[in-house]
Amino acid sequence: MSIQQLVNGLFVGSMYAVFALGYTLVFGVLDILNLAHAAVFMAASFVALTLVEALGLSILAALPIAMVAAGLLGLVLERIAFRPLRARADSNIAGLISSLAMATILGAIAHELWGPNVTRFPFDTLPNATERLGGIVSRMQLTVIAVALVLVLALTWLVQRTRLGRELRAVAESPRAAQVVGVNVDRAIAASFFISSALGGAAGILYGLAYDVHVEMGRSVELKGLAVIIVGGMGSMPGAVIAGIALGVIETLVVAQLGGSFRDVVSFAGLFLILVLRPHGLLGAAATREA
Amino acid sequence: MEALATFYETYQSTIAYVGLNALLALSVYTTLSCGQLALGGAGFAAIGAYASALLTLRAGWPFPAVLLAAVVLPALVAVPLGLPVLRLRGVFLAIATIAFGEVVRLGIVNWDYVSGAEGLVGIPQKTGVWMIYLALALALFVLGRLRGSRWGLALEAIREDEPAARTMGIPVARYKLAMLVAGAALAGLAGALEAHFTFMVAPSGFGFEKVVHMLVFAVVGGSLVHWGPVLGAALLTLLPEILREVAPRVGLEPGPLRQLVNGVVLLLVILFLPRGLASLPLRGRARRARWVES
Repeated sequence: MSIQQLVNGLFVGSMYAVFALGYTLVFGVLDILNLAHAAVFMAASFVALTLVEALGLSILAALPIAMVAAGLLGLVLERIAFRPLRARADSNIAGLISSLAMATILGAIAHELWGPNVTRFPFDTLPNATERLGGIVSRMQLTVIAVALVLVLALTWLVQRTRLGRELRAVAESPRAAQVVGVNVDRAIAASFFISSALGGAAGILYGLAYDVHVEMGRSVELKGLAVIIVGGMGSMPGAVIAGIALGVIETLVVAQLGGSFRDVVSFAGLFLILVLRPHGLLGAAATREA
Repeated sequence: MEALATFYETYQSTIAYVGLNALLALSVYTTLSCGQLALGGAGFAAIGAYASALLTLRAGWPFPAVLLAAVVLPALVAVPLGLPVLRLRGVFLAIATIAFGEVVRLGIVNWDYVSGAEGLVGIPQKTGVWMIYLALALALFVLGRLRGSRWGLALEAIREDEPAARTMGIPVARYKLAMLVAGAALAGLAGALEAHFTFMVAPSGFGFEKVVHMLVFAVVGGSLVHWGPVLGAALLTLLPEILREVAPRVGLEPGPLRQLVNGVVLLLVILFLPRGLASLPLRGRARRARWVES
């Protein structure tokens, strides 16, 4: 494996990791699968593109603004699609369906706003120089990996070291107990949606910078993101990062060895085997996933 | 009478799709009826569609035998799939079955014998609309007979409280597996009928979107009674036909408008009518009963 392939794999994997981190945050806190996460991924990419193209902002300014926009979208999702269902006995299945509905609605709105065409960030958004590191590695790839690394570290700090992080972990453990010790559960859940969606949005912007921006771009990550969080272990953030990066590297190798059409077989076959053989994932706690 | 014939000519394919989608919705219903969210339907439909297309094109089997194979083969695949997967709970079962569907689809994409992503074309049209509705009627009859029977009551018990059902001695695993197999058979049949109606099969028709549609039909219609999914499938298949007329007038393209309406309908149903549109008459009856009592 050449250094070039390794960097290619890390580059793809770091986008998977950031996307999956957001996915698994909500999953870990609420036990709910937010299938609109991929729609937020797409919407944020369009918002950043609009900021760069229409307002002429630099990507360094557009990235945080679009992440905040994605976070706000997450708050809307939580309010409309999840909070009303929280008291229901089958809230995890109902939430899965309502988030699917929100994903459909967001897709339709994006289609109306930005059209069905495949668009790209302007050519000079990122410096397109290349570096020689035992192969040709583009600046763009290194930038994406660096941004992903910063986001992962920031989230780790937030969850491990801040009051909000402690509250999130308490709610993940038991919402009722958290409430008893004075955690504002509604606020903690809303915060987890904000952070989760901001991360999903960041992944979308990175993906848009690396490839292109279009209404269907979420398709490329929605199911793979699932594979990553399950393989990594439910709600496990280190697991999501490791599984995301591993998936990127393995995919790159599979494409190099077997050809492009086998790329996606790896993630789903792996996901399936993990669910059957080791349902709590590689790093997850032995949660009650089995009846 | 002539007007009726013209109407039928014009809308023949829509009428066929109402029936096909109803069969697919029922295949999701079978597992939902015992509280399990299994989303492998698109994979089973793909197996049925491809098996039937190959048997017709390459082996020259007669159509009834082809259909039988399209029912049996997915059902046989469902057994080894269901044994490990049905131990998973709630969302995890959904994810595992989505993964199964994707593996089937990607397997087809990478299989040169069935021309990969391009799919098989030139399948003779052997499906009559009457066959679709005969299959639907049979499925509805069988599922209708289940209600209130020993079997149907067991399924309801599993849906409402699985540990309690197990405590009462209901062989939960066997019932769940039986319903997964029944759903796989229905999806396979629908896949085969569709393949011999539209002349072609391609893996792109069996992706995640397909199973989402199937689920939406079942949820919007309601999975409490067996005709709920049929109602949902009929409504959501006819809706785009109506929207195509409406779209230019509200200044939207038909595609996004259809998507928007589908999403909004699904959201409203899950928020305000969690048991689906089919629960509306039941609700009315319950309210009247309460009124009579007071």
